[in-house]
Amino acid sequence: MSSEARIQVRGLSKRYEVVGERAGLLSEAIVRRLRHPLRDRKESFWALQDVNLEVGLGEVLGIIGKNGAGKSTLLKVMSRITEPTRGEVELRGRLGSLLEVGTGFHPELTGRENVFLNGAILGMRKPEIQRQFDEIVDFAGIDRFLDTPVKRYSSGMYVRLAFAVAAHLSSEILVVDEVLAVGDIEFQKKCLGKMHSVASRAGRTVVFVSHNMNAVRDLCTRGVVLDAGRVVHDGDTVDALHCYVDLHQHRSTAPGVFILDERTNSDDQDGRLYLAKLVVEGSEGPTATLRTGRPAAITIHCEGLSDPDAVFARFHVRNELDEIVLASDTRMAGPDAEVSGQVVTFELEQLPLLPGRYFIDLGLGAKKTRAVLDQVSSAGTFEVSRDDQYGADYQQYPQDGSIYLAPRWRQGAGASAPPVTPRGG
Amino acid sequence: MTVSEEVARPERGQVFHLVIRPTGGWRSLDLREVWRYRGLLGAMTRRDITLRYRQTALGVVWVVLQPLLAAGILSFVFGSIAGFESDGVPYVVFAYTGVIGFNAFSGTLTFMSTCLVTNAALVSKVYFPRLILPLSQIGSKLVDFGVALVLYLVLNLAYGVGFHLSMLTLPVWMALAYGMALGLGLLTSAANVSYRDVGYVVPVVLPLLLYLAPVAYGVQEVPTDLRAAYNLNPLVGMINGFRWCLLGRGNLELGSTVYAIVFTVLIIVGGTLYFRAHERRFADVI
Repeated sequence: MSSEARIQVRGLSKRYEVVGERAGLLSEAIVRRLRHPLRDRKESFWALQDVNLEVGLGEVLGIIGKNGAGKSTLLKVMSRITEPTRGEVELRGRLGSLLEVGTGFHPELTGRENVFLNGAILGMRKPEIQRQFDEIVDFAGIDRFLDTPVKRYSSGMYVRLAFAVAAHLSSEILVVDEVLAVGDIEFQKKCLGKMHSVASRAGRTVVFVSHNMNAVRDLCTRGVVLDAGRVVHDGDTVDALHCYVDLHQHRSTAPGVFILDERTNSDDQDGRLYLAKLVVEGSEGPTATLRTGRPAAITIHCEGLSDPDAVFARFHVRNELDEIVLASDTRMAGPDAEVSGQVVTFELEQLPLLPGRYFIDLGLGAKKTRAVLDQVSSAGTFEVSRDDQYGADYQQYPQDGSIYLAPRWRQGAGASAPPVTPRGG
Repeated sequence: MTVSEEVARPERGQVFHLVIRPTGGWRSLDLREVWRYRGLLGAMTRRDITLRYRQTALGVVWVVLQPLLAAGILSFVFGSIAGFESDGVPYVVFAYTGVIGFNAFSGTLTFMSTCLVTNAALVSKVYFPRLILPLSQIGSKLVDFGVALVLYLVLNLAYGVGFHLSMLTLPVWMALAYGMALGLGLLTSAANVSYRDVGYVVPVVLPLLLYLAPVAYGVQEVPTDLRAAYNLNPLVGMINGFRWCLLGRGNLELGSTVYAIVFTVLIIVGGTLYFRAHERRFADVI
């Protein structure tokens, strides 16, 4: 394996300075230095800590992790954009990196000019671009607008052209950051297909960062999970996704019950209210699995000494793509149905979510000042089980979204059909 | 497909090998790496030239008008009002030869000092030798210089100044103008990444320098007791050289010329070292 390794990362660490190192003003720096001639105002954090990885010939490595876990930093070090603080990366093969779609595209230049400029920026040589020019234009599907300045392009065309250039990078190692989040679904699929064919071709190694779990599952042969700058999982893709989900999760004592904070009231001197527990319930009590169109409830338990009446609670439900699909807030109930107390429950008669995995974020705030008292992202998670929710033997597409709609279809035009009331009134 | 051929056949049969490690202290120039990226340098230069001259109405006309207007105004103030000497040529031509040299320097330096920050997206998302960015500013400025030079030839013929052997030394003075701009440009562009006020200070200070160099007037107008202090400005030797070269008359002062050459060499070395030493932090700070 070692002789086949295309990328070897050994003990890699990267420290960023938080204060005092960012862009500022020279005049300020001089004044600061005059005032405090001895004090060095530097604060730092480790974006990567002792990362060790080995990526072999022909492997497609998926890197997942929460925001700020160090994924992009790792790619930036591999791409030589930023230097490591410690450790080293050994590369065998030319590395092409695609950290952003269309870096260096200039709005005033034409599509043709931008292809050559962007190609050069990505490290392609001119004959290399010329040879693949037709293929790039064809892939982007913009041949009619080649000599139009890209400022007149639609955003879709712009992204397609930019990705088309990058997709034709011929380096032995390709490093790709979350770039598929742009563009329309059709083109995203085309890009995934292109990356797939690029990867399965002999000799090409791909490192791929994504929030899109489906893309990681479908494309990658191996998954690495980063958390707080460290590798916490390295191996099978499906295991990596589970590990990622676990990272998001707080301690769960029983299915559907998530303990968020176990301090006792006496620990907390100022007695501020905090989020203690989250319970997800289906029709038969706490559960980790819910069903589309069936009852569901989210219960938020708070603890603390301060007055619970002065506090509001809210939650977001996110899907696997990190998109918020549902949210509610106790203040939405209005002044007449004042919701307060240390335990609040949000009830749904019919869960409007399609099968998939979902994550719940919780927040607690002061009614008067709107100040945040406590918040926990990914406090809990639940799965909506695959189910024949439409009763029609229908196969779900990813493009069906996350929201369940009753399939009230009828023949003909016009709105003469009886009004539809999903909850029956 | 073309891609697979390329992958299967690495450059000259050998696998590209690279180890990325933290570097410390001063770094070598690594001009070989810059040379490997000459394609990018060319593409960036072409981009700047295309962008500058595409909107022809503004681009070329402005490139022609700016030095002409400057020379006209300076000759009005210093020639007509103050009545300074002009080596026996019309004052407009005299001033124009100074403006050409000054513009070559200041135009290049102005764009260089902000080039890293205006290309922040590139710096933080793509690897390439960062020296490419300041270097790519030179190309489009050379085109501007070419346009200004053609205009000078027109003026030369129109006013019957005549052609002289001294004109053959033009590359020397150009090297000094662009060399000083490059050295100071490397220094200020790198400093501008950490301290944004540097980018504002440069365009404010540069026009003032115009009056501290023999652009609008001849060196002979400077009182002799102030001459030593005046000559501390390295632009003096460079601008004076441009005028001597283009007009073929006046004096070439040995002292200020040698000083300008020494300054240029030192500032290029110093600027490059400073730039290379700070380069590793650009992407983190910008």
